[in-house]
Amino acid sequence: MTDYPLYQCIDKEGHWVGEDERSTQEDLFTFYRHMLRIRTFDKKAVTLQRQGRLGTYALFEGQEAAQVGSALALDGQDWLFPTYRDHGATLTFGADMARTFLYWNGRFEGCTPPEGKNIFPPAVPIATQIVHAVGVAMTEKRLGSGKASIAYFGDGATSEGDFHEGLNFGSVFKTPTVFFCQNNGFAISVPMEKQMNSKTIAQKAVAYGIPGVRVDGNDCIAVFRTVQKALERARAGEGPTLVEAVTWRYGAHTTADDPTKYRDQAQSIEFRKTNDPLTRLEKYMKETGVWDEEWFAQLQTDLSNEINQAVEEMEAFPKPDVNNLFDHVFAEPVWPIAEQKSHYMDHLKGVIS
Amino acid sequence: MINLEKQSKTKQMTLVQAVNDALRVALESDANVLLLGEDIGRNGGVFRATDGLQEAFGEDRVIDTPLSESGIVGTGVGLAISGSKPIVEMQFMGFIYPAFEQIMTHVTRIRMRSMGTYSVPIVIRAPYGAGIRAPEIHSDSVEAFFTHMPGIKVVCPSSPADAKGLLLASLADPDPVLFMESLRLYRGEREEVPVEGYEIEIGKGKKVLEGNDVTLLAWGAMVPIIKKAASTVAKEGISCDVIDLRTLFPLDRDMIAESVQKTGKAVIVHEAHSTGGLGNDLVTLINDTSFLYMKAPVERVTGFDVPPPLGSLEDHFLPTESRVIAAIKRVIQF
Repeated sequence: MTDYPLYQCIDKEGHWVGEDERSTQEDLFTFYRHMLRIRTFDKKAVTLQRQGRLGTYALFEGQEAAQVGSALALDGQDWLFPTYRDHGATLTFGADMARTFLYWNGRFEGCTPPEGKNIFPPAVPIATQIVHAVGVAMTEKRLGSGKASIAYFGDGATSEGDFHEGLNFGSVFKTPTVFFCQNNGFAISVPMEKQMNSKTIAQKAVAYGIPGVRVDGNDCIAVFRTVQKALERARAGEGPTLVEAVTWRYGAHTTADDPTKYRDQAQSIEFRKTNDPLTRLEKYMKETGVWDEEWFAQLQTDLSNEINQAVEEMEAFPKPDVNNLFDHVFAEPVWPIAEQKSHYMDHLKGVIS
Repeated sequence: MINLEKQSKTKQMTLVQAVNDALRVALESDANVLLLGEDIGRNGGVFRATDGLQEAFGEDRVIDTPLSESGIVGTGVGLAISGSKPIVEMQFMGFIYPAFEQIMTHVTRIRMRSMGTYSVPIVIRAPYGAGIRAPEIHSDSVEAFFTHMPGIKVVCPSSPADAKGLLLASLADPDPVLFMESLRLYRGEREEVPVEGYEIEIGKGKKVLEGNDVTLLAWGAMVPIIKKAASTVAKEGISCDVIDLRTLFPLDRDMIAESVQKTGKAVIVHEAHSTGGLGNDLVTLINDTSFLYMKAPVERVTGFDVPPPLGSLEDHFLPTESRVIAAIKRVIQF
């Protein structure tokens, strides 16, 4: 039985336990800033949803270290394949915040990445984006571009066929891909022990002859280093890596469900107290004397301003254009859609045809 | 686009050879073209559609994949969005079901979802249909699943020259195309096929025979059946306007309307099941365009609403010339 120890750089108490050299002060500030940024975003999104200013929203609070650490390890030109819960990662990688809010308001505009960024629209089906990341990496490998791809998914996705097909393809064709699993213990209501009999997700890599690594998903530095290493390996032509980031989400699957129905919330309360990714880094920064209260206060103000501004931008965004219902199905309009559009536009104008 | 009529150098080919020839032209003309599928490399495909291509273009361009339909189409999506031009083979259309999710949830929607930022110019080749005594599941004809979902074009040639031109046009199309190849027609007939590359416009049907009494509509393997039925009833003085649709989405509405408005009568023939079949859309199209011209209800001759049977019963399942003739007579005598 292969052993999959949990790789850590800082433990729950905030002590450095990593064997490698320590992160620079600048890096620590960067990690913390991004984690607080996406947490503030997440909390704001939940508030907006409760106020009826946003549609159903998928929360990720608790998973900040996994999303930030992995996204910061990417090169700006790499490809990111998120699920609907990885907007923390996409925001860190450079997605536009107002547009990310727009996505949750039911707007296609929210699926479009900024110019020059390879961020794919979030995958709503489970595990289907894993094979896309492999396909893209096949192209980049063929072109010798040095670009890699990362696919985000949860623990439940590893039960789907496309997870296995993707790992197998990636392994057979040695694609520059990182398969990044955020194992938060539950696939909506089903706990991991009812999802699979394997003790870890990392061990599934054995079947595909690729490395499988397990990292503390609440340790941003450890996640960053793990993904960085996987990307180095990918770019060196050695093929993909399966990364299992073990983490915990405090809240519900989405704002539409009630986690108390299927999960003991005491666990979440305990996790927040003892294993929070932000608190952990804060403890370490305090221990090493780099924490700066003034910096922190300023950061909170700056983030709050940034997010409020993004909300304003989202709410001031022009109303959805009905043309967008019809115009992007095919490159050139086909007659059934063109006619349905024209009849509907007439109908809206009150023309009877 | 090269004009088909002006092509001087031609060669006798079967439909499957024409497919092979089109793939060769595609691989030669664009280094981004890649073929992916099960047994398509060393084996040259179970029907030899890719015969000799791996030898000529290498393992990196003609790729033997793991047995993995969703993986093939899903990686094809990734390839297509990043600038490669994948032509993927489903070994049989009946094997497309594991890839159905990828096609329905991604292939057809990525352009709309990303407002045109990403598109999936993939060609999914799917040998389809009954009539060659293949084992169970190998004979399905499920084009209606795909014509039902906007975002993918569906093409189905019935002749070697059409197969080559339509396949090259499918590859050039900026949108995904499901390209159906009739197993029964793979080696059904030979004809002169231009040696060079050329394209036949997607969305256009072909008038196979000109007639005045009744319009016959079919595609793929049913085209030879309606041609035969037309020549049989011609001896009794019934003249048929015979149309090969060639593209199933979007349909060539103008050609169909022009023909049924001339004849006032129509028989639609497909081997796919009746309920929810494309024939029903054709009836609707005829209603929408030509209701006042019609002199009889439109007849449909289709496969029955039963799963495609094992070989010993498939001759009963498939529309036959005699069933088509009976339908022609019903509309003529209405």
